[in-house]
Amino acid sequence: MTEMTIEFDNIMGGQNLFLNAVTYTNAIGEPFTVSLAQYYISNIKLRKADGTEYTVPQDSSYFLIKESDPATRFARFKVPVGNYHQLSFIVGVDSLRSTMDITKRTGVLDPAGGMDDGMYWGWNSGYIFLKLEGTSAMAPVDPSGQRKYRFHIGGFGGYSAPTINNIKTITTDLTASGIAQARTGRTANIHYLVDLMKVLNGTTNVSIAANPSVMFSDYSVNIANNYTGMFYHDHTEN
Amino acid sequence: MNKKYWIVIIGLFGVLACSKEMIDRFAGFQQPVNFPEPVYNIAGNEVTKEAFELGRKLFYEPRLSRNNTVSCGSCHIQSSAFTQHGHDVSHGIDDRLGRRNSPPIMNLAWMPAFMWDGGVFDLDLQPIVPITAHEEMDETIPNILNKLRSHTDYPGLYQKAFGSSEITTATTMKALSQFMIMCISSDSKYDSVMRGKSSFTVEEQAGYTLFKQKCNSCHSEPLFTDNAFRNNGIAIGLNNDEGRSEVTLNPLDRYKFKVPSLRNVQFTAPYMHDGRFLYSGSRVRSL
Ligand code: HEC
Ligand code: HEC
Repeated sequence: MTEMTIEFDNIMGGQNLFLNAVTYTNAIGEPFTVSLAQYYISNIKLRKADGTEYTVPQDSSYFLIKESDPATRFARFKVPVGNYHQLSFIVGVDSLRSTMDITKRTGVLDPAGGMDDGMYWGWNSGYIFLKLEGTSAMAPVDPSGQRKYRFHIGGFGGYSAPTINNIKTITTDLTASGIAQARTGRTANIHYLVDLMKVLNGTTNVSIAANPSVMFSDYSVNIANNYTGMFYHDHTEN
Repeated sequence: MNKKYWIVIIGLFGVLACSKEMIDRFAGFQQPVNFPEPVYNIAGNEVTKEAFELGRKLFYEPRLSRNNTVSCGSCHIQSSAFTQHGHDVSHGIDDRLGRRNSPPIMNLAWMPAFMWDGGVFDLDLQPIVPITAHEEMDETIPNILNKLRSHTDYPGLYQKAFGSSEITTATTMKALSQFMIMCISSDSKYDSVMRGKSSFTVEEQAGYTLFKQKCNSCHSEPLFTDNAFRNNGIAIGLNNDEGRSEVTLNPLDRYKFKVPSLRNVQFTAPYMHDGRFLYSGSRVRSL
């Protein structure tokens, strides 16, 4: 076994992402800044050219990528030595883990989370898969007096009654931009650019003015569908 | 049905097994013979005296709130079957009001989903909601864990209860669950009749017959709830609480609420999800 990493390098529409400092513009022309950007990556699987697959053991396969904490931009795990041509992972937390006993929810899955940067809904038991927050002149003034937008996207399909399922699996063919060569004593790093502009722009161009707060709702499905397009495999450092 | 008063007397009052009177005879989790199998995974959190007592202490611990003023027991008061007697909607920290009535802590081991809308599917996850809710305890879990860690008693109590003085989210929730699942109501007059140990009076028998006809389809025996989400026909609340549909996003679930148990109902006033009825006479006289 040897170490491998996936790097989630957040960007915003082809530019570097800077929290609070820079104003970006979405597809429908609304200016906005970003104060918080974070999402879960889980259930990592790798496949060799001959079709054999390696699934990272589930207990070591949950990562919370936080733009505010550079140490979290790498998902770090162990794989058998070999050449991997395809990678897949989930954006969010699978439904099985979402309903597991609390003793199985440690580390980034601890529902204690935090307050403002927590990734868990208590009132409707479930993880928040992705959070994007910031300000926009187009957002209405909220009770705290700010013009904030808040996208909290989650929904694992429901426990006793079916509801929205925003669990997304991303599969990348690594051959175009560099397969991952796992070798003893080295750490292959699969480098993604993650364009958070895709949260807003895509099949549905999201208007901040019309949807300043998207949480557990049918509309959230549009945003989850949009952000499946935000992962670009840039290169692999072997 | 709203216009009529039903008089249904079947003796549903019973002392809760987690109450002081019962603790001296602590015997762990006892399955009442006339009850179905519990839904809560008892095997995954075996009830011990030590963890139960820790859970009870936590339930009455105001440190679980931001300014150490509100405990679980503030809203779930034991003498009113663990509801917040005298309050239609819950009354929390800094006198903030919630939007729903506090339900009893009773027979929770048999409940598949919690809250009036069923949004919480595991009792171990339930305390996170009041602890972090702005209008209830307005605290964070990391903060309460730190308060408990720096307290003189708690590390020792966790050690006794779980074999480690480490205080985690999981052990804290498991302890609270142990206390809550022990609040069993299964020794009412009704239960003793069902177990063949006594018999109904004529009045009670008439009440029971009426109950079977009019109420049992939703308030099903022996828990006196089928735990389903239903609209019992009361008018939409003033705050337009949509109930179940908020967690399923299914329009057919609008204004549906979990059928509450009628055990100890004379103590759980006020009634309905928003506490709109002060007396059970608004609906029924006695059970
Ligand atoms: C400010 C008052 C308040 C406090 C404090 C409070 N609760 Fe509650 N509790 C409520 C209300 C109101 C509900 C119903 C909420 C809903 O349906 O949305 C409830 C629901 C519950 C339920 C679900 C019961 C059912 O029948 O579905 C449990 C279990 C519970 N509370 C336990 C606790 C615990 C444990 C604590 C302490 C950590 C606590 N409560 C603190 C008011 C409170
Ligand atoms: C169609 C299902 C249904 C039937 C039949 C039914 N109920 Fe209910 N009952 C409910 C629901 C649902 C609630 C909660 C409603 C809410 O809070 O909005 C409720 C609430 C109550 C409450 C308030 C309890 C509390 O703790 O808040 C009482 C008392 C009650 N019912 C008594 C009765 C009696 C007595 C009968 C028979 C005469 C009866 N119900 C028949 C569904 C039903």
